Amino acid sequence: MHLLRHLTLLCAALTTAAPLLAAEVVVYSARNEQLIKPVFDAYTQATGVKVNFITDKEAPLLTRLQQEGASSPADLLLTVDAGNLWQAAEQGLLQPVQSKALDTAVPAHLRDPQNRWFGLSVRARTLFFNPSLTSADQLSSYEALAEPKWQGKLCLRSSKKVYNQSLVAMMIATHGEEKTESLVKGWVANLAAPPFADDTKLLEAIAAGQCAVGIANTYYYGRLLAKKPELPVKLFWANQGSDGTHVNIAGAGLTRHAPHRDEAVKLLEWLASPAAQNLFVDANFEYPVNPQVAPATKVQGWGEYKANLLNVATAGQLQAAAVKLMDRAGYK
Amino acid sequence: MLFSQTLPRLALPSRWWLGLVLCVLVMTLPQWVVLASWLAPAHEHWPHLRDYVLPQATTTTVLLALGVVVGSLLIGVPLAWLIARYRFAGHSIWRWALMLPLAMPAYVLAFVMVGLLDFSGPLQSQLRLWWPEARLPEIRSLGGAILVLSLSFYPYVYLLARDAFASHSQQALEVAASLGLTPRQRWWRVIMPAARPALVAAALLVTMETLADFGAVSVFNLDTLSVAIYKAWSGLFSLTAASQIAAVVVVLALLLMAIERWQRGQRRYSGNRNQPLAIARLSGWRSILACALCGIVWLLAFGLPLAQLLSWGCAVVASDLDSRFPTFILNSLLLAGLAAMLVVMLALLLAYGERQLQRPAAGLLVQLSATGYAMPGAVLAVGFFIPMQWFDQQLLAVTGSSSPTLLKGTLLLILLGLATRFLSVGLAPLQAGLQRISPAQEMAAASLGVVGWRRLWRLHLPLLAPSITTAALLCFVDVMKEMPITLMTRPFGWDTLAVRVFEMTSEGEWQRAALPALAIMAAGLLPVIVLGRGRSLPS
Repeated sequence: MHLLRHLTLLCAALTTAAPLLAAEVVVYSARNEQLIKPVFDAYTQATGVKVNFITDKEAPLLTRLQQEGASSPADLLLTVDAGNLWQAAEQGLLQPVQSKALDTAVPAHLRDPQNRWFGLSVRARTLFFNPSLTSADQLSSYEALAEPKWQGKLCLRSSKKVYNQSLVAMMIATHGEEKTESLVKGWVANLAAPPFADDTKLLEAIAAGQCAVGIANTYYYGRLLAKKPELPVKLFWANQGSDGTHVNIAGAGLTRHAPHRDEAVKLLEWLASPAAQNLFVDANFEYPVNPQVAPATKVQGWGEYKANLLNVATAGQLQAAAVKLMDRAGYK
Repeated sequence: MLFSQTLPRLALPSRWWLGLVLCVLVMTLPQWVVLASWLAPAHEHWPHLRDYVLPQATTTTVLLALGVVVGSLLIGVPLAWLIARYRFAGHSIWRWALMLPLAMPAYVLAFVMVGLLDFSGPLQSQLRLWWPEARLPEIRSLGGAILVLSLSFYPYVYLLARDAFASHSQQALEVAASLGLTPRQRWWRVIMPAARPALVAAALLVTMETLADFGAVSVFNLDTLSVAIYKAWSGLFSLTAASQIAAVVVVLALLLMAIERWQRGQRRYSGNRNQPLAIARLSGWRSILACALCGIVWLLAFGLPLAQLLSWGCAVVASDLDSRFPTFILNSLLLAGLAAMLVVMLALLLAYGERQLQRPAAGLLVQLSATGYAMPGAVLAVGFFIPMQWFDQQLLAVTGSSSPTLLKGTLLLILLGLATRFLSVGLAPLQAGLQRISPAQEMAAASLGVVGWRRLWRLHLPLLAPSITTAALLCFVDVMKEMPITLMTRPFGWDTLAVRVFEMTSEGEWQRAALPALAIMAAGLLPVIVLGRGRSLPS
């Protein structure tokens, strides 16, 4: 039992019940450490405020916040995909923030109508094609990929990924469940290969000629191009003739019981400000949410596009419906 | 050797029961949380899950588990027999090298294999250059997943079977031969039955690991029950629905264990090892063939993915290897070492207590505590976190402390969480090892007045030494790879190597995950090599 005593002592020694300092913000983040740490480091350097953060997947973070309730040390919840933020707000885990700075920095369709969360970066999900197998004039919209002419030529990522769930949720908002279900069934009938585990694999399959066209987030394309500049894959902006390309956000909200409320709001405002936007988005080839800030040069090279202006909160509202619809349509 | 006699039922103090029940209660917190989800009122998602998700996911899961168990037995048993019974070229290396795939996380092997064998991979691309219409069978399929997971999990079978074969008695074989049994009959009627506890224990571990796997099946985009759990939680935002499916998995695992116990019945597997298994020397082409067999398995399960990781690692070493790396390694080693110690102690207590008590109820309790291994890690993590959060609040209220947490964010909490997950990994080898200790030996000890803890210390522990080593080793390596519990319960800023792998792979940056993955392997190799080589064959 000596061992046990030692163990207890050791554990006690390693306890990190952080003292409540005034100049500190605590962030629960589903955005990866390598993408947020440089940003927080810059903030600490500029303001002297320490940013403590912990990373995990969205679902465990949300459950954790919920279970901790009023005793939670978290001030900000930072996640990717509006669906997760909508869900956090729905569960009463976030509180509204009234801030002029945030209202001007974040366009209305990229934040919660009740200001409980704000987009910080924009990610566009659009079409990519292999120019030796098809051409841009053959392409138009996500919906058109359900047409029989794409049979055996389409690649999709797994329906388990929230990006596809959000895309289908937005389609439900536009077309209704019935039509969306027949469109998704059309996609499934056109698949050239079983759905892929990630966007990078999908883009590689397009490059290898396994399929002619597929749907992916632009930053995966950016990352892959950085490694393989000669990649035979081209970007096509979807739905330019109709409602615009589907966009989603990485964003953050103030937790309901935030112990460092004022400091947290300041950090949130800073993240959306021109000073931080490029730092926040460029490392991952995303688009700034703040209209005053231009994207990175490489990202600009993909051209201007019309984004879907439907509020991204819709993706959250309809996410469960989208998941079920894809199950029914046999989209794995 | 099969004994039909049962253990003498000694008068046992009730504190055995108390200890056992307490220990099991703590170790099964997540299971209770998950099982309790069935008490929640029916939810809106149920009809959908029943009609579109569960039938298909259950079928896929059962097929996958069956396939992986058969696959890992087919790989593990022959290798174990080769190593235990024969000497051939490279034997002393393969003996421990064949354990190395343990240190390779299944999802890494899956990702590398899919990368190599998929349509866009180097192999098929090269084939298409020669024959434009050339296609390999789709790797991202049930068959592909079975192949890869078998390669990943066979070391459990190999390790446990090798120990069982090595401790097999030569006398039994000679008696069988003198009774006119052919070599084949001897294999099926003497050797295999004696190795049964070890093989079954390994098969159960493999089954549970397959049931719990989420990372590797995601790479194949297979819809198993663990994926259904994840989808219900993060897609439908229903922790209740997710817990209910997880409860089905727990019950499934319990059922498997119950079937195994019922089928084992009253048989005993103890034997004395007065004369260890005779070693045969292979020479010429037989020796080369044996060596090649070991080599092929090792190459597929470890060599190839290692080469891929090394090439990725070299590409990012300049940019990613920062000053925090030594801390990550230290944290991982500390966590894995402490957790392995805790698990072995708990498993010893449970396995020995169960044996002492000799009651079906005790067996059921112990088996229940082993089901944590079959639950997807993230569900187990949250099932552990919820009661601990509550407990923490109660502690705070009682002590009147002003600190926001007491238990939370301490290493103790992570360790307990890890123990709930990996208890089974400690239990399986210890239970198999205990079964090989004969009641006669225990009775002899008892007649000399050595009972209770002292008997454990003086009789069982020395005899169990190889099993304890195996248990500690398996557990250490598993903890090195573990993500969800560490993610959920670690203190702020306290990262391990596995957490680094998570950060990179969750956004698909596999290349950048190579460095921490390599470090996990290197650190996991230390005990494999030290323990694997230090252990002499039949003692």
